[in-house]
Amino acid sequence: MSTRLAKGGRLLNRGKPLDFTFNGKNLRGVEGDTLASALLANDQMLVGRSFKYHRPRGIVASGAEEPNALVGLGEEARFEPNQRVTTTELFDGLTCASQNHWPSLEFDVGAINSRLARFLPAGFYYKTFIHPRPFWKHVYEPIIRQSAGLGKAPRDRDRDRYEHFYAFFDVVVIGGGVAGLQAAKAAGAAGAKVLLMEQTPHWGGRAPVDGGLIEGAPPENFIDRTLAELEAMENVTLRTRMMGAGVYDHGYLLGYERVGDHQPDAHGPRHRLWRIRAGQIVTATGAIERPLSFAGNDVPGVMLASAIRDYAVNYGVSVGDRTVVVTNNDDAYRTAITLKQLGLEVPAIIDARPGGGGALAAEAVALGIRVENGRGVAWVKGRKRVEGVEICAQAGEGAALEEIKCDAVAMSGGWSPVVHLWSHCGGKLYWDEAAAMFRPDPDKAPTGADGEGFVRAAGAADGQFDLAAVLDNADAAGKAAAQATGHKPQDTAAPKAEAKAENPIEPVWMMPQGASIKLRMKAWLDFQNDVKVSDVQLAAREGFESVEHAKRYTTLGMATDQGKLSNINGLAILSDALGQPIPQTGTTTFRPPYTPISLASIAGEARDAAFQPIRKTPMHDWHAAHGAYWEPVGAWRRPYCFQRPGETIEDAVQREVKATRDSLGLLDASTLGKIIVKGPDAGRFLDMLYTNMMSTLKPGRCRYGLMCNENGFLMDDGVVARLDDDTFLCHTTTGGADTIHAHMEEWLQTEWWDWKVYTANVTEQYAQIGVVGPKSRKVLEKLSDDDLSAEGLSFMGWKDIELAGLKARAFRISFSGELSYEISVPAGQGRALWDKLLEAGAEFGVTPYGTEALHIMRAEKGFIMIGDETDGTVIPQDLGLHWAISKKKDDYLGKRAQARSHMTDPTRWKLVGLETLDGSTLPDGAYATAEGANANGQRNVQGRVTSTYHSPTLGRGIAMGLVLNGPDRMGDVLEFPRVDGHVIRAKIVEPIFYDKDGEKQNV
Amino acid sequence: MLILTCPCCGVTAEETEFHPGGEAHLTRYGPGSSDDEFHGYLFEKVNPKGVHFERWRHANGCGKWFHAARCTVTLEVFGTYSAQTTEPPQHIKDKISAKRPGWSWREFA
Amino acid sequence: MSEAVSALNRASRDGFVRVEECGLQGMVSLRGDLDSAKLAKAVTAAAGLDVPETGRILASEGRSVAWMSPDELLLIGPYAEAEPMRTALDTELAGEHALAVNVSDARAMFRLSGRDADVREVIAKLCPVDMAPGVFEPGRFRRTRMAQIPAAIWMPEPGEMRVVCFRSVADYAMTLLGNAADKGGEVGVFA
Repeated sequence: MSTRLAKGGRLLNRGKPLDFTFNGKNLRGVEGDTLASALLANDQMLVGRSFKYHRPRGIVASGAEEPNALVGLGEEARFEPNQRVTTTELFDGLTCASQNHWPSLEFDVGAINSRLARFLPAGFYYKTFIHPRPFWKHVYEPIIRQSAGLGKAPRDRDRDRYEHFYAFFDVVVIGGGVAGLQAAKAAGAAGAKVLLMEQTPHWGGRAPVDGGLIEGAPPENFIDRTLAELEAMENVTLRTRMMGAGVYDHGYLLGYERVGDHQPDAHGPRHRLWRIRAGQIVTATGAIERPLSFAGNDVPGVMLASAIRDYAVNYGVSVGDRTVVVTNNDDAYRTAITLKQLGLEVPAIIDARPGGGGALAAEAVALGIRVENGRGVAWVKGRKRVEGVEICAQAGEGAALEEIKCDAVAMSGGWSPVVHLWSHCGGKLYWDEAAAMFRPDPDKAPTGADGEGFVRAAGAADGQFDLAAVLDNADAAGKAAAQATGHKPQDTAAPKAEAKAENPIEPVWMMPQGASIKLRMKAWLDFQNDVKVSDVQLAAREGFESVEHAKRYTTLGMATDQGKLSNINGLAILSDALGQPIPQTGTTTFRPPYTPISLASIAGEARDAAFQPIRKTPMHDWHAAHGAYWEPVGAWRRPYCFQRPGETIEDAVQREVKATRDSLGLLDASTLGKIIVKGPDAGRFLDMLYTNMMSTLKPGRCRYGLMCNENGFLMDDGVVARLDDDTFLCHTTTGGADTIHAHMEEWLQTEWWDWKVYTANVTEQYAQIGVVGPKSRKVLEKLSDDDLSAEGLSFMGWKDIELAGLKARAFRISFSGELSYEISVPAGQGRALWDKLLEAGAEFGVTPYGTEALHIMRAEKGFIMIGDETDGTVIPQDLGLHWAISKKKDDYLGKRAQARSHMTDPTRWKLVGLETLDGSTLPDGAYATAEGANANGQRNVQGRVTSTYHSPTLGRGIAMGLVLNGPDRMGDVLEFPRVDGHVIRAKIVEPIFYDKDGEKQNV
Repeated sequence: MLILTCPCCGVTAEETEFHPGGEAHLTRYGPGSSDDEFHGYLFEKVNPKGVHFERWRHANGCGKWFHAARCTVTLEVFGTYSAQTTEPPQHIKDKISAKRPGWSWREFA
Repeated sequence: MSEAVSALNRASRDGFVRVEECGLQGMVSLRGDLDSAKLAKAVTAAAGLDVPETGRILASEGRSVAWMSPDELLLIGPYAEAEPMRTALDTELAGEHALAVNVSDARAMFRLSGRDADVREVIAKLCPVDMAPGVFEPGRFRRTRMAQIPAAIWMPEPGEMRVVCFRSVADYAMTLLGNAADKGGEVGVFA
C-alpha cells in the first residue's frame, strides 16, 4: 500500500496538517503536499477511470505530464473539472471528486467497455455508426454524446478575479531548475533585464531528487546560493507558480501565473496571464520521462520511476512496500537506490538492456538489489492495484519466466526533452539516434521580427542529462541570450558539477520486443484516451501513414495532456509498423498552451461590466431612469423606446410617434457622428467624398450627402453644414462616426497627402438633441431670444443661438418630416439642456422618443436608412437618389465603379414603397416571389423588403423594398410568403407615405 | 502577434495597436480608366509568399498610416516607412536585397 | 449658465492605487505644421509652453501640451480656459492652414495615485506598454490601447498617472482601472 513515511519529505512542513476531501471522504495531508502526494499518503491508489474503457487508473507521474489523475476540484462557483492532482497544491478545506465513472469510482458500470475492448479498436466509432446514414443524427450521436466528455462543465458563474499583465524583458528563462537558475544568472550578470519563471512553487527542479555534486556540494547548496544571487540583482525578476504557456511570433510569450489557486481565501486574482515581449527566450523546461509499453502498464501502482522517487524524496511518500523497477536506462536505478536507502523493498530491477547499467547499477547491486539484465515485464498482475509482475526475456514474445510479487512498478523508457515551447513558433527538432530523443535544432530556431532566432534551449530541454553538461549548456545559453539583446556577458565559467557516469540508453518501444497481440492489446500508449500499441499498429495497417492522420484516427495524444507521455512512444510504434525510421515519421505539431490554462485568464479583465465598452451619451442616466428599452447601435446604447408602466414596447413606440407628429418629441441624437473638415482644400476633398457637390454649399447652410466607397456602394449618409469658407461639419450615422473619420484620414494620408485639409472627430464633444414636431419652434422660442422663425432660421439652415442660457448651435433639419431642429451643446451641458427642454415642453406634452419611432417616422417619409436600405451591395442609383449624385463632377469615390456594367444593369432591383392590401405589416427581409424556380430548385424571387413598420400615423403596415423594375411597376401586386406559409400581398407604390409635399416641415 | 515600429511617432508596439490596410503602393484609377485598369486597381491585390509591402495604420496610437516591408513566410519585418510615397525607399530595398537576394515585388526589385 | 458636468462627476475608487475621475478639463486639439515658428508662437501664446518633441508632454502652471501625432498637439488646462486657448490659437494662426478645436467635453480624464510602482502596475495590466521605471518616465506621452478602448497615458510626476479616453466610455474606463487597482492585485514586479 502507499503510505507516508515516518521521515523525509524535503518540501513538507509536517507540523501543519491540512484537511481535505476526496469523493466525500475526509483525508489529511500536510503543508507542502500536492493533492497527488496527499492522496498517495492516504493510500488512495485508484483516482479515476479512463475515458474509453473506464479502466481503473492511478497516479502515473508527479508533474504537469500526468494523464490519469484528473479530478473535479472545488464546488459551485469554484468548481473546475479535469484538474491534475500532481500540479494542485494542497490547501486546507480542499474538496475534489474523481471523474468519468457511474455510479462510483470503485464500481463503474462503464467498465463493461473494457470487457468489450476487443470490439472497440481504433476507428470503431467511425466505422460502426456510419450506416444507416440518418441514424447518426437521430440515434447514434445523442447516445454517444451522453457518454462523451471528460469531467463536467461548471454550472455556476466563476466567482474569482482574473487579469492580464503586460511585461517586457530582454531575456525570459522558462523553468527554474538548475539549468534555468544558471541561465538566468548568466544573463542577469551580463546586465540583461531577466524574468525567470518556474511553474511549481519550488526552485531547483529535479536536481535535489536526482543528486550529484555541484562545486563539490549537493545541488541544494547551489540552488540556494544562486537564488540569493538572483534576488540581489535588480534587473532580475523571479516568479514561481508561473508556467510558460506558449511562445508566439516576435518574442510574444504567455506566462500563466497561478496566484490564488493555493490560497483560495486570499484577496486578489486567481490567475494572472502575463503577456510578455521577450527579446530572447531560454527554455530550461527539463524533460519528461517516458513510460514503457508492456501489458498492464496502466494498472494503478505502475508509475514513472522518477515520480516514485519524487514522492519519496519530496513528500516522504512510499508508493509501495515492494517496488519493481523496469527500465532501459541508468536513471531509473536512482529510484531503486533511493527506495532501498529509505528502507523499502526493491525485489528486482528489470533492465531491458542485455549489457545492463553502469556505475548506478553497480551501486544498486552493492546495496543488495537483484538486477536482471535483458529482461522485460510481460504482464502486470492486478486490476485496481498492482499485485505482481511476470518477467520475460526482452528479446522474446513474452513467455513468463517468473512472477515477482510487488505492489508498485517503477518504469522508465528514457527521457524526452520538453521541446514544446521551442516548437510552438516554428523551432525545428532533430532525432538523436544515440540518445533516442528529439532535440531542438539550434540552426532552426524560431525567428523574430529581425529574422534572427529568439529561442534557445538549455539543460535537459536541450537534451543534456549529465549534470556538468547541463550547467555548461545553460550558462552558455544565458550568456548568448544576453549578448543577443545587446549585453556583454561576463567572462566566467559555469559551476563544476559531477554525477555518476551512465551507460547509454537502449530504445525499447515495446516490451517484450516480440509481444503477442494479447499483450499489445493491454499495452497502453495514451492512458487518458485509452490508446494501445495494437491501435496504432491497426491504424498503420489501415493506411494512416501520416502521424497527424494516425493521431486523429486513434486519438493518440489528443487528450487534455496532449500526449506528453504518449507521443514519442506512439510515433515510434507507428514508425516500426510502417518500417521506417523515426525521423521520417516525424512528430505531430506542438501547440500552445503547454498545459491547459483557464479560459477566464484568457478573458482577463473582460467580464461583467468590463466585458465590452458600452458607449453612453450624456443623457444616458435619464434614459435609464425613464424606462429606456435599450438598443445596441455600434457600441452605443440608445433607447429603442421609453416604456411606461403597463405599456408594451409596441404601445410605447406608437405613442411616441403620435405624440411627436401631433405636438413635440425629443430625440437624443448625440451618437450621430460629427467631423470637422477644415482647410483650403476642404471643399474639393468633400466633393471627392460625397456623391453630390459640397464645395458650393454656402456658410450657414446644410446639405444632405451620400458617401460611397471605391466599389461604388453606399456606405454612409448625413447632413453637412458649412461653418465658414474653410470649414465644414460633416454629420455621419451613429455607427459610421469612427469609420468615416478613419476613411477621411486614410484618403488624406495615403492618396491626397498634398491637399491642405485637417479633420477632427468631435462626435463626443457635443450632445445633440432633436426637437421635433409642430410645437418645436414654440418650445425653442420659449427658451431663446434668437430669431427662430421660418425666415430667421430657414429649412436646411443652421445658426449659433443662446438657448436656456447655454451657447448652442441649432440646425434646422428634419429626418421625420416634421418641423424639426437639432440642437447641439457641449456634452457636459447635454443633460442640462435635455432637462430644460423637458420642462419647457411640458405644456406641449413633450415626449422623448427612441430609435424605433425615429425609424417609423423616417420610413413614413421614405427616407432611407444606412444598414436597412443598404447592405454593402446597394448603390445610390438603386435607391432613386439620382438627385444627390452630381453630374458635374469629374470624379468622386465610387463614380468609376458605378459605371461598371453590372452597376448600370437596368435589371438591378430598385427602391419602391410597399402597401399591404390587408393593412398588415410585412415581415422584415421577406422576399417577393416570382414564377418558376432556379437551378437549385428554389423559388425565383423578384424583390425583398428592406424596412417595414406598422405606421401609427396611417394605421396600417408600410414598407420599403428593392424590387425588379420596381419604379416602372407602380400598382403591381407582389406576393410575400411568410415563414409560416401565409402569403401577404402588397402593392408597389411611391416610397413616400406621408405628407408627400413636405408641408409639415415647411412652416 | 507581430510587433511593428510606427515611423510617424517612433513607437514600437504590438499588433493590437495597429490596423492592417492591405497591399501598399496601389495606383488609383478613376473615371476615364479602362475596365481592366479599374478591375486591377480594385480587385487584383497580390499576397505573395515572401517579400511583401503592406499598409498599416497606428490606429490605437498616433492614428497615422505607414508602410511596412515584411516577409509573409518568416514574418521578418525589413522596415517601416512613410505612407506618403509611391515606392519603397532605397534603404528599405537595400535591406531586403541583403536578406533576400533576387527578390522582386510587382515592378520593384 | 448651467454648470457643466464631466462624464463621471469626479467619481473615485480606492484600491492599492486610488483612481479618480478628474472632473472637467480644458482640452484643445491643434492640428497644423508642428515645425512652423508661427505655430510654436501660437502654442506659447495659448498655453505658455513650447511645442513638445515627438512622444512627449510639457507642463507648467496648470497647463500642458502633449504631442499627439506628427501634425497634432493637445493643449490641456482648466475647463474655463479651453475657449480662450482656442481663440488665442485661432488668432495667432489666422491665415495659416491649421485647425484648433475645443474637445474638452469629448474626453474623460482619470488620475491614478499611490506608490510609484503600484500606479505603473495598474496601467501595465491594461495597456501593452512597457511601464517599467527607466522606460516610462514623467515627460513621456503615450497613446495606446487600454483593454478595448483607445487611451493616452502620462505621468505628471512619480506616483501619479493620468489617463485620457473618450467621454462615452468613461464608465468602462473607471471599471477597468478600479478593478485593476483592487486590493490583493499587486503584482510586485516594479517594486
